[in-house]
Amino acid sequence: MDNNRRYIAKGMVKKDTKNAFNKAFVKSLPIMCSYLFVSMAYGMMMEESGFHWYYSLFASLTIYTGAFQFVLITFLSSTASIATIAVTSLLMNSRQTFYSLKFVKDFKRMGRRKLYMIHTMTDETYAVNCTLDENEPEHDDEMFFVALLSRCYWMAGAVAGGVIGQLIPFSLDGIDFCMTALFVIIFIDQWEKADNHIPAVTGIAAAILCLYVFGTTAFMLPSLILVSGILVCLNMRRPAREAADDNAGAVDNIAADNTGNTGRETQR
Amino acid sequence: MITGTQLASGAGINIWYVLAAILISAVITFALRALPFILFKDNRMLPGWLQRLGKLLPSAIMAVLIVYCVKDIRDAMLPAGLLELIAVVIVAASYKWKHNTFLSILLGTAAYMVMIRIV
Repeated sequence: MDNNRRYIAKGMVKKDTKNAFNKAFVKSLPIMCSYLFVSMAYGMMMEESGFHWYYSLFASLTIYTGAFQFVLITFLSSTASIATIAVTSLLMNSRQTFYSLKFVKDFKRMGRRKLYMIHTMTDETYAVNCTLDENEPEHDDEMFFVALLSRCYWMAGAVAGGVIGQLIPFSLDGIDFCMTALFVIIFIDQWEKADNHIPAVTGIAAAILCLYVFGTTAFMLPSLILVSGILVCLNMRRPAREAADDNAGAVDNIAADNTGNTGRETQR
Repeated sequence: MITGTQLASGAGINIWYVLAAILISAVITFALRALPFILFKDNRMLPGWLQRLGKLLPSAIMAVLIVYCVKDIRDAMLPAGLLELIAVVIVAASYKWKHNTFLSILLGTAAYMVMIRIV
């Protein structure tokens, strides 16, 4: 098994690689549906904001995280400060850290593909890769192909959205609402799964407060800092009951059993 | 978003600003994904408060983002802000009803795009 992995890592095609690819493709079909749709909306919204398909492709290639890429469009259009962009990406994408935690061992034995696997960790690939059978000899190949295919879907959709946005004869004014819609859906999903609604309510209250104090252009950064601060303080007082046996529980909460057609699928 | 339309009309994109913004986001995002490999060999070493924060942060951040999306309602004139709220209600209601991401995004966005044109 280990030999097998080593050969494939060196680029030598083994017989079961094709089998692994086919399995991974079937597993990635739900991701394909949601990624193509969401990333096309992303490409159109980029186009509408004046950023052509190559900007969408570049952002999708380098950043590759759905919800944040949407937020970045509005940041870029309003030339938000780099600090705001940095802190927002830090907080919005911090959940990826919790996803990676679960795969530390798997990725480490994947040789030179490790960096690629780390880069392509998203809500969806996490959820799907969790469902793969670890005892299969092609397990690592399947994980790799799921990651590879998902990334291709995302980039293809982003480019297609940009090109379609250019070709459509009428104005796409208002297309940016798809971001609001996406976030509302993710929020509802999280609300339904959570047994504790304090974070959600804290988020809304802090953001509205900051909106009135700092105004529409500058409230994002203070809101995020305030919310994180409040949550850390609330947490410090709580007994560390689940901490030990929880492991990647944080992640399971967020993304497990989520390979179907649900909103969380679109929250990368 | 006035600046957005200015950019769209070809006022010129500051390419260095855009590149810097995208690359910084990319570096931070990759660093977050790689963090466990750098710091922790085993997730038990992650401090408990951080693990709990990881559970609570996503829904709080999403709440902030929703407020961010509808922030212009505050300064918008009455019909525009109201239309956005109606579209949000359409999304929430249809999602509560069918739990179908595609349907709700399509419905809400289409409704919004039509409404801002006819009102």
